[in-house]
Amino acid sequence: MANFTPISAAIGGALIGLSAALLMLLNGRIAGVTGIFAGLIEPQGNDRAWRAAFVVGLVAAPLSAALIGYTVPIPQMPTSTITIAVAGLLVGFGTRLSNGCTSGHGICGIARLSPRSIVATAIFMTAAIIVVALTRHTIIGG
Amino acid sequence: MRALASLVCGFIFGWGLFISGMIRPDKVLGFLDVFAIPSGNWDPSLAVVMAAALAVTGLGYALARRRAPLLESENQWPTQTAIDRPLVAGAVLFGIGWGLVGLCPGPAIANLATLSPGVIIFVIAMAVGMLAYHLWEVRNAAPAEFSLAPASAKDG
Repeated sequence: MANFTPISAAIGGALIGLSAALLMLLNGRIAGVTGIFAGLIEPQGNDRAWRAAFVVGLVAAPLSAALIGYTVPIPQMPTSTITIAVAGLLVGFGTRLSNGCTSGHGICGIARLSPRSIVATAIFMTAAIIVVALTRHTIIGG
Repeated sequence: MRALASLVCGFIFGWGLFISGMIRPDKVLGFLDVFAIPSGNWDPSLAVVMAAALAVTGLGYALARRRAPLLESENQWPTQTAIDRPLVAGAVLFGIGWGLVGLCPGPAIANLATLSPGVIIFVIAMAVGMLAYHLWEVRNAAPAEFSLAPASAKDG
């Protein structure tokens, strides 16, 4: 497990948890990025100010990391634009249909021990694992 | 004040994604690639991220259950409990998209900071997917229930 980074994972994870805890303790809101972002872009969206602020903070974090000298890696993306676009559409539509993503269901929902979120997380993890297995370990992925 | 608190929360969240490496699609895919376990190339980091995040969130929520939020009149806990077809179908679609690229909504938005064309395309497509869902939901809504539940009232 040469790629395993348990210490940075634990610190980073604790920060994500701190963010979710603070958003509830201060603003009484669930730190689900899907819900926050969707409420910002939908025509009937509400409370745009705090949603926009959260998104700005999210983008500002890696920017500030770069400013103080960290290397922020350019993300490795598939070469096919079509794959990227299809994946984006699936993530956008799917997270809205199931009302949550890795943060809303995977962290905030499971932290509340919500059976709904536990089921959703198990399903999207399994689906993603299958897709990665197919694209990396079969002829589909070349 | 609420916007400022939210800005700080988004900032902490983004730093968490950055430090944990979950901002990197290749690292997320390294976790999802369970068939790399036999060769020793599997990366369990995402599981540690989730465990740490859940521990801290769980503590915070336990505290939040006992009191009103500081800057709001009440906590908006999600109200949906049904394990229904939209939940399952949505999770399947999301999982497929996540597995294809290794980006979920949080890291995708945070990565806009890199101005990577691929990320920009992904986020635009994600927004289109969300708006497509919204239009579909509006069309399917029975005339009696004209008030769409705001996104905030759901799971997140």
